[in-house]
Amino acid sequence: MLELRDITAGYDREAPVVRDASLTVARGEAIGLLGPSGCGKSTLARVAALLHRPESGTVLLDGEPVRRWRHRAPRGLRTAVGVVFQQPRLSADPRLRLADLIAEPLRATGRRDEIPQRVAELAPAVGLTRDLLDRRPHEVSDGQLQRACLARALVLRPRWLVCDEMTAMLDASTTAALVAAVEDYRAATGAGLLAVGHDHTLLRRWCDRVLRWQEVTGRIPPATPGLPRTSGPQQPADVPPAGDR
Amino acid sequence: MTDRTPVLSVRGLSVRFLMPAGRRIAAVTDAHFDVAAGECLALIGESGCGKSVLASALLGLLPANAQGAGEARLGDLDLLSADERTLARTVRGRLIGLIPQSPAAHLTPVRTIRSHLEETVRAVSGARGRAAVRAAAERAAERAAFPADHLDHHPHQLSGGLAQRAATALALVGEAPLLLADEPTTGLDRDLVDHTVDELRRHVDDGQRALLMITHDLAAAERIADRVAVMYAGRIVELADAETFFGVAGPRHPYGRGLLQALPDRAFTPIPGMPPALGALPDGCAFAPRCARATDACATLPPSTGGISCHHPHVPEDLRA
Repeated sequence: MLELRDITAGYDREAPVVRDASLTVARGEAIGLLGPSGCGKSTLARVAALLHRPESGTVLLDGEPVRRWRHRAPRGLRTAVGVVFQQPRLSADPRLRLADLIAEPLRATGRRDEIPQRVAELAPAVGLTRDLLDRRPHEVSDGQLQRACLARALVLRPRWLVCDEMTAMLDASTTAALVAAVEDYRAATGAGLLAVGHDHTLLRRWCDRVLRWQEVTGRIPPATPGLPRTSGPQQPADVPPAGDR
Repeated sequence: MTDRTPVLSVRGLSVRFLMPAGRRIAAVTDAHFDVAAGECLALIGESGCGKSVLASALLGLLPANAQGAGEARLGDLDLLSADERTLARTVRGRLIGLIPQSPAAHLTPVRTIRSHLEETVRAVSGARGRAAVRAAAERAAERAAFPADHLDHHPHQLSGGLAQRAATALALVGEAPLLLADEPTTGLDRDLVDHTVDELRRHVDDGQRALLMITHDLAAAERIADRVAVMYAGRIVELADAETFFGVAGPRHPYGRGLLQALPDRAFTPIPGMPPALGALPDGCAFAPRCARATDACATLPPSTGGISCHHPHVPEDLRA
């Protein structure tokens, strides 16, 4: 069980981005979290991935509260969660060949001897060919790089996966391929999933349960000034706040 | 739609990049299409298939190592053979309005939206004098539904949707007959995507402008387009009416069908394999290695007939069976 209880988090103590958010991901369960851009869902995803210390609230891994946060949680705990971010270009070291990118978590945790085997297993699972593994990020497309980032997230066999807008930049076919790769991994390992995004069609198709931001925080995301609700029924109740993007 | 004279007419457009060691990248090959006033053509395909290079070629913004061939007529002007002076003085902003990918990055971060608009007004219209320029800038903002009380904001103070409108307002200032939107919705959330494309559509529906929208977002294309051009590995492999393409009949090219079947509200199955590298395209049909219908015939390049380049297209009879 990955549990977030009453999480308040942000980058300024005066103005937290997320207030009192709670959610639970059971083993093997796929949870989708829907919210408009700028509502704080990526910050919550970072907390769930143990990458951002909440100002208050508790994160529990299998019932054990996460302690000894510095900015992030201790590495020994963080390896239980794999993360894939929205923009592969910003989350991949441009100097590393894709094979080294995938192997980096093994290197960082002193498990170099597993590298050849794990990279050879994962590359076909995410649809990367031998030839692509030898290239650097600038030599591959966004979709190909995101495949490598997914393999990197899976390389330590995490018990949970956090996918923060993993497919927002990608075309339909690559999206379907990456989701299939995640689901194959989950079917084989029973890992839990927290998929964060704004595409309801995708999350409803992908996840067992889809939560809206207001169900997680009990708050309705603020509306944007100047973005009038003119387009009738299409215009959503939740438009992003000014200042985002 | 077909009875209107095209605003943009592209014939046999090809772009090659010359790389070190004599390598050649075939980014766009033999593209043919028209866009008429009051019409939106959506150019769709996976990322890296050459869509944005095509847009750059139309604007004369290709890098120095690119070679263009063919014709792209905008009225009497051939965009490919026009010199930089003509392009800078008469085409960009005046004949073609560009709505860029990630508008927040396209706007100058240290200047307000008003300052952007006034500069553009001064550059492309006849307005002179502070009051006239200011008024014209405000009118331009209004046309794109950009709220007047946000004109003195800097780009980082705007939401994605408002930044998009600011960029659209800038593109509309010059009254260009052709709007070119290059992935205008990437990174926006679904509701904003719908909102953005509805607004783009509104600028086309007045019948004066043509819109060429480049996107990999099929849902956005379905919402806005009259016609769809599917690009694969640098070639336009299918050109169809949007209603047919997204409707019951569906795409005729196996690649277009595969793309639609990958959508989460359809089969949600990916097309197997990955697109080929544009530097090492096979001799025949570039899609054959990923195609369930491929046969020996696919080793030769399929001719383009009836808007489709495929040896084994889906025909309406197949679909009824």
